[in-house]
Amino acid sequence: MKKLATILTIILITSLTVKAQIDPKLLKKPGSDTVKQTLNMDAVYDRPFVAVGKLPVSVGGYMEANWQYTGTDGISDGQQFQFRRMTLFVASSIGKRIKFLSEIEFEPADKEIAIEFAALDLELHPLLNLRGGMIMNPIGAFNQNHDGPKWEFTDRPIAMTQMLPATWSNAGFGIYGKYYNTNWMFGYELYASSGFDNSIIANVENRTFLPAAKENTERFEEMASGQPLLTGKIAVRHNKIGEIGLSYMGGIYNKWQDDGIVIDDKRRLDVFAVDFNTTLPRLHTFITAEWAWIKVNVPSTYTQQFGNRQQGGFADIVQPILKKTILGWQKATVSLACRLEYVDWNVGKFVETGENIGDQLWSIMPGLSFRPRPQTVLRMSYRIQQQKDLLGNPPAKTAAIQFGLSTYF
Amino acid sequence: MSTRLFFTLGSLCSLVALMVACEKVMPSAAPEDELLDGPVAELSYEQSQRFLLGDVAFNDEVFTPEMGLGPIFVATSCGSCHAGDGKGHPFTTLTRFGQIDETGNKFLAQGGPQLQNRAIPGHMPEQIPAGATFSKFTPPANTGLGFFELVSDTDILAMADPDDLDHDGISGVPNYGSLPNYVTPFNNAIPKNGKYIHRFGKKAAAYNLLHQTVNAYNQDIGIASSYDPVDVYTHLTIDPEISTQTVNNVVFYLQTLKSPIQRNQGDPEVQNGRLIFDRINCSGCHKPTLKTGPSSIKALSNATFQPYTDLLLHDMGPGLDDGYTEGSAKTYEWRTPPLWGLGLSANSQGGGYHLMHDGRAKSIEEAIQLHGGEATSAKNKFVQLSATEKNNLLKFLRSL
Repeated sequence: MKKLATILTIILITSLTVKAQIDPKLLKKPGSDTVKQTLNMDAVYDRPFVAVGKLPVSVGGYMEANWQYTGTDGISDGQQFQFRRMTLFVASSIGKRIKFLSEIEFEPADKEIAIEFAALDLELHPLLNLRGGMIMNPIGAFNQNHDGPKWEFTDRPIAMTQMLPATWSNAGFGIYGKYYNTNWMFGYELYASSGFDNSIIANVENRTFLPAAKENTERFEEMASGQPLLTGKIAVRHNKIGEIGLSYMGGIYNKWQDDGIVIDDKRRLDVFAVDFNTTLPRLHTFITAEWAWIKVNVPSTYTQQFGNRQQGGFADIVQPILKKTILGWQKATVSLACRLEYVDWNVGKFVETGENIGDQLWSIMPGLSFRPRPQTVLRMSYRIQQQKDLLGNPPAKTAAIQFGLSTYF
Repeated sequence: MSTRLFFTLGSLCSLVALMVACEKVMPSAAPEDELLDGPVAELSYEQSQRFLLGDVAFNDEVFTPEMGLGPIFVATSCGSCHAGDGKGHPFTTLTRFGQIDETGNKFLAQGGPQLQNRAIPGHMPEQIPAGATFSKFTPPANTGLGFFELVSDTDILAMADPDDLDHDGISGVPNYGSLPNYVTPFNNAIPKNGKYIHRFGKKAAAYNLLHQTVNAYNQDIGIASSYDPVDVYTHLTIDPEISTQTVNNVVFYLQTLKSPIQRNQGDPEVQNGRLIFDRINCSGCHKPTLKTGPSSIKALSNATFQPYTDLLLHDMGPGLDDGYTEGSAKTYEWRTPPLWGLGLSANSQGGGYHLMHDGRAKSIEEAIQLHGGEATSAKNKFVQLSATEKNNLLKFLRSL
């Protein structure tokens, strides 16, 4: 980790030095519009990069910071200032139809530097590209399309980060491809990668919790199950209707043998997700939504604390209300937004009583955003949330006010 | 003033106003008398910090196999069984087996006294051995336990009436048991034949909160401690899986949880229900008031409190005789459960009631009607009450 930090520091310093020595006019910024219509699977490349002269390398990144005040049932930890993350992208065209992109994330609160994405893409045909390295499993849309500046809210969707494990990266290989015509776009992705482990049903969250597997960095060298996690997605977009994606991720998750000796049954994990986004004509209302279902084989002799079915998702509705020159920024946009969320971490009934198991949450989060440029957002939101415990007791009521900013750079 | 300056200042002022006023838009706390968790009053800063450490260990610490969970167990954390420090749910009801009289448990070698009915992946949970009788115990509320610990043996014995000398049909006896080597008797203990009065648990089989806590870690979660280092699965002594300090902090947390606060005390129907409670002699066992001895914790020291229990064992009749027992209790004897916090039970039991020792009663009225043995007379008087009187009594019980 220290080595990585040193290397990154050198790269940063070198970049700054280079930048100081060259004519800024040589810095080419493609001017990517981060809300333009592309498929979600394009998100890793659909970012603003800066290229230096004719160098084949371009760099970019984003950061997120915020202030927040949260309270649950009359108890608050007071005001908090948070620097959630800074992410650096480095992309390079190695040769004709060969490119490399990496995304490195710094999360100071977790003292974590993580490679989220680092993959080589080799185009054999527009419909057949090979990708290998550290890939982001294309389950749902948010896992791949998660950059802070693209969203109108400081918090990431709960279902996508606390039920699904976004951001979820693994060492793996696969293929993807796209097909375009005038109004239609079709894309697919299919990867085999490393995956989950026993921690998803044995963790301190006290629930089936796929993100627990993110703590296991050994997965970049050794799969717990010895069998690949398969992830596939197809997406279709019509420019006047919107995009819909269907995705699946599944495989054996547990360590069922050790040193050639069978120590447990093979247990499967299966995840299905559907995502949708569209922009309503005339009103320019942007709607994006995602829902996922998880099925986990949990031993019946274990505890129902760890459920074998989960479901949840979110919907963001963003309504631009002002688009004009504001404070000298041309085409600055002010939008109203609202996020609706629901997660049920344990779908089912208690064996003992036949009553529904709780462990569920809903949230409504209205917000207001200001984008002086498409790549930069200042955003404010107010969360109203209720969460029931496993037994379905009266819910804990939470509210949160957040003000934050996020920008590509 | 230019538009830009106006816009900028306006935005900044709005943000400052938001930061100042944010507390006003947060969810308010439930009234104090509707909560079971929280510390007793007047803890020192040091005691408050220790309470918080215990609170975290009790409510937030979840055990995984890597941390020592199981491999056979009942629950993964203390908080799993005592949501909000209230009564438990059938989901975490535990099963004990193997003892039918005071000669002891004959099934200790076969996993007794407690059934670990769950197991981590790759292991199999216990089964009740053939020939063993058993009983199911729904987790009790934790509130006010520190007060019980400080009731003197003298006061407990004063409430006992083993030969029913007052001819009210209610006897009441303490449960005498042996002490594990890590438990130190209370200064004012009154032992009998080398055994001590126990007071915690459905059968009053635990001596004090350390005894109760160590047992729960070991038998419920499968966590060995320095106090009880025997692994629940292998029955071998193993290294502690929890620090002694954490166990002590949890004990302190349990000792300093506040007592439940009665609600609607000024309601005439509640007040009338309280009178009926005495009149039909519910208070013969559910003693309204007890008192504590001296304590280093100010709020617990020499205090009177209203738990509605006598901490004694009573014959509850054949309907509640599961054929299993602990300590010197008979199979049909149960320790009088405290009634304080009864009205808040549904808030920790998933919205409904699961009362009596195994949660079989789904309402307070049903629980009363399941009383037998020494409580038969009171139960019959309840049945004969007018509808208004019943409602008043139930309203009083729900106010506790």
